[in-house]
Amino acid sequence: MHLLSLYWTFLKIGMFTIGGGYAMIPLMEREIIARHGWLTAEGFLDIVAIAEATPGPLAINAATFIGYRLGGFFGSLLATLGVVTPSLVTLLLLGKFLIRLILDPRAERFLSGLRPAFIALISMAVIRLGHAALVDLRTSLIAAGVFAASMLFPRLSPLYLIGAGALLGLLLYPY
Amino acid sequence: MALEAGFALNGQQQAAQQQKVSLISIFLVFLKVGALTFGGGYAMLPIIQREIVVRRQWIEESLFFDMLIVAQSLPGAVALNTAIQVGLRLRGIAGGIIAALGIIVPSFCVILAIAAYFLPLFQDNVYIKAVFYGLRPAVVALIAAAVISLGRSILKRRRSIALAAVFLAAGLLLKIHPIALLVAGGLMGLILFRDKVD
Repeated sequence: MHLLSLYWTFLKIGMFTIGGGYAMIPLMEREIIARHGWLTAEGFLDIVAIAEATPGPLAINAATFIGYRLGGFFGSLLATLGVVTPSLVTLLLLGKFLIRLILDPRAERFLSGLRPAFIALISMAVIRLGHAALVDLRTSLIAAGVFAASMLFPRLSPLYLIGAGALLGLLLYPY
Repeated sequence: MALEAGFALNGQQQAAQQQKVSLISIFLVFLKVGALTFGGGYAMLPIIQREIVVRRQWIEESLFFDMLIVAQSLPGAVALNTAIQVGLRLRGIAGGIIAALGIIVPSFCVILAIAAYFLPLFQDNVYIKAVFYGLRPAVVALIAAAVISLGRSILKRRRSIALAAVFLAAGLLLKIHPIALLVAGGLMGLILFRDKVD
């Protein structure tokens, strides 16, 4: 495990996480599970769950956690630095120029095309991750319940739904 | 509470007198936001707004909303991008870096503690396994629900729906890298979305 490739991978992930949070999931899945095999789909979902249940942005939480798993303390430092580098570079160095660029109508058009592509990507990621998480009837029922609750109460904090998932896991696990 | 009230008063006076906000107070505000906000970046935005715009009045509301647009259109975590812009506005590059640190440090420390000390202790514990057995489908369901609500707001025009369908088919049939697909989407957007209405 080269620490530099960890930095570079998270730099790429940070660079194409536009709109935050879940936008990074398809890319992380591709780079970390499929390409490098650094984590299994199950391990990846565990990390997303931990990131959801702790304070802070998902992107930073996930980078820190995966970095630690793969390279200890320095791994977590480099992965986190990688995922925040694009924000720092674009805003601190290109600040005013970039803000003018974003207010240009072409930027909005670019993003209008990028967003449907993102919807397609994350739909595919959900299908693949679903294969790893929905292993039996019980897990499928947990997923269906959390999905329904999330659709019915859109203002409910994901924290409660994560808590419900943990509780249902404890109750339903085939010990 | 008394300390916080003092902070708020101090912020108002500073705004009134156009004085510089100290780097340490920028750091502390974002440290607080970073440490206390659960549920990811979007959950942080109203909290940042309350702290920066309402309580301390460091930045006007209209400027803050512009910052939110920039934060969501640029690479990186949304809360981080917002914090950097606020810091940059108040104290230049040093302010931007300090604000970023404030957001990052709590996340980094909490996650490091969990990864280094907490999980190894319980890794083989059957109850921890049971918890994750339930967490995994819950996380997939949360992401799926986010896709549906994002889809509702993004796929309003027929051209957007068509683009998403084409990319979904292309992604499923060919092994295209996500970055290539995103860039292709952006370029298609430049061509397809020349007019505002569908």
